[in-house]
Amino acid sequence: MTASGAEPVLVLVLAVGVLVGCGVILLLERSLTRILLGVILIGNGVNLLILLGGRSGGAPVVGTGPVDRMSDPLPQAMVLTAIVITFGLTAFLLAVAYRSWYLTGDDEVPDDLEDRQIIRRAERDEVGTADIGGEGPDDDPEQVDPEPARRRLRRGDEA
Amino acid sequence: MSRLLPLPVVVPLLGAALTLLLAARPRIQRLVSVLCLGGTLTVALLLLVQAYRHGPVVLAVGGWPAPVGIVLVADQLAALMLVVSSAVTLCVLLYSIGQGRSETGETTPVVIFHPTYLVLSAGVSNAFLAGDLFNLFVGFEILLAASFVLITLGGTETRIRTGSTYVVVSILSSMLFLAGVGLVYAATGTLNLAQLAQRLDDLPGGVRLTLELMLLLAFAIKAAVFPLSAWLPDSYPTAPAPVTAVFAGLLTKVGVYAIIRTETLLFPGGQADALLMVVAGLTMVVGILGAVAQSDMKRLFSFTLVSHIGYMIFGVALSTVAGLSGAIFYVVHHITIQTTLFLVAGLVEERAGSTDLRRLGGLARVAPLLGVLFFVPAMNLAGVPPFSGFLGKLGLLQAGVEAGGPLPWVLVGAGTLTSLLTLYVASRVWNIAFWRSPRLATAEPAVRLPSLMVGATMGLVAFGLALTVLAGPLFDVTADAAADLRSRTPYVRAVLPGGAP
Repeated sequence: MTASGAEPVLVLVLAVGVLVGCGVILLLERSLTRILLGVILIGNGVNLLILLGGRSGGAPVVGTGPVDRMSDPLPQAMVLTAIVITFGLTAFLLAVAYRSWYLTGDDEVPDDLEDRQIIRRAERDEVGTADIGGEGPDDDPEQVDPEPARRRLRRGDEA
Repeated sequence: MSRLLPLPVVVPLLGAALTLLLAARPRIQRLVSVLCLGGTLTVALLLLVQAYRHGPVVLAVGGWPAPVGIVLVADQLAALMLVVSSAVTLCVLLYSIGQGRSETGETTPVVIFHPTYLVLSAGVSNAFLAGDLFNLFVGFEILLAASFVLITLGGTETRIRTGSTYVVVSILSSMLFLAGVGLVYAATGTLNLAQLAQRLDDLPGGVRLTLELMLLLAFAIKAAVFPLSAWLPDSYPTAPAPVTAVFAGLLTKVGVYAIIRTETLLFPGGQADALLMVVAGLTMVVGILGAVAQSDMKRLFSFTLVSHIGYMIFGVALSTVAGLSGAIFYVVHHITIQTTLFLVAGLVEERAGSTDLRRLGGLARVAPLLGVLFFVPAMNLAGVPPFSGFLGKLGLLQAGVEAGGPLPWVLVGAGTLTSLLTLYVASRVWNIAFWRSPRLATAEPAVRLPSLMVGATMGLVAFGLALTVLAGPLFDVTADAAADLRSRTPYVRAVLPGGAP
């Protein structure tokens, strides 16, 4: 940041825009690695934005210069906290991406299970299955063979 | 009294460190976490009494007076939320101890459950007590980071899949919040809520509205308000039962709390009220229609959770004392009931091996106690008189009728419809899972549920009933809190006794 005036520098404002814009585009991807890169870019963009919120100037230490020419120290303190938080979240996301790759061989986020069922149903042009709670013979327990529920016995319990 | 104020944040954090060290000794570890949360509950009760009798309790951390330093503030709203949240976290902790090895048995590293859970509770307390916007952000981050670990506990394939959605959505909302914080600071030069209350009033209307919408957007994602709620039913049901329960009860309500705070203290003009009402109505109706279509108990309750967030947003959007009071009462009621229902779903899963309605039946005959434990909170949620759900909804609808005008009337209609559909959903679950002829192989010997799990659930059901019995005094507190919130002066005067510099 230049030490010239209180107004934010246009280059920095543009940098915020470019960082956040690129981040948003990357977030729209399905692969977690790209989403991760998007999160990093957006995080940096937002941190820069906070920094722009304060006045620029000299070092904010009493006695080193006139008070009205000092920079605003508060955004710098906030940005440090924010950087640490963003760093932690990024690290966790990286771990999730790695775990996903470890388990499934890729890091793409698949659709929700129910979504997939609905899509499958729409492809086959089916109407929703019979209402499980409704009346009618379909649901009469005397006429329908109950499917045995899967049971798990707990260890250490008197079963 | 104000010396007690940091304890709900500090004690669980220190407890988290201690439990991490005690990982090899599960017995002492559990004892430490129970003691930490029990202590938090006691402190929260003391703070509530103090805030109700003598006005907001304020502590300038490190001796730096506001607005330069960071302040922790417990006004009636914050103290009330703290009491309910610590009571619920304590019950859920006991439940999870009763469950012993968490759901998937050997694959789950239970060692990290207790520390993470305590960090989560510290984050929730910090968010409630925060007296400035950045500290609120930090509180959110603490609870989010802990929730990330809890939702991916064990790292199985489904949990990683749903967890990644949750993590990305939460991080995105945090970024929005952070950008909002940066812009608020750029516009006003302060982040102290009390000082912001004065400075934001002087801003040009357009700037003010932009800041308000930015913060609302961030909080609405966390609170799962309709167009931003799609992440919730997808990610919550896969986590272990206690985790889902505490998430459902608390995390969305922290978002609602933040919305109440910003809408009353920071932006009281009510410029976004019409928008909030529309999204509140859509949240109610779309959420409950989603619940009608579900066939799994946990997913179904996730949808009712989304749906009932709409009631609270409706109360906030009315921006009258009655509406706010109703919304605060509803938050308290809903934290308790929704958590109880998820705990019961966990018990059902433990007892019958599944929460899928297609595989369940006749639980009322097989496990009558479980039937009672489900029936009471389910009817409470649906708003059957005389339960607290009915009183909360009645309060909100009355406030809506009082406010008058086409939009509030539409919302009153939507609220009634949602209540009826909730009753339909609850009785559908009751009919299928509990009332029809048994679908479990009843010939098999009954699995005894751990008594601590049942006990904790019973405790929460009783707490929900206590809310009904004590609804009168509770409404006094919420009405008082709402009046304070609307007038803003008690909060501002408590934080800045000498007036704003």
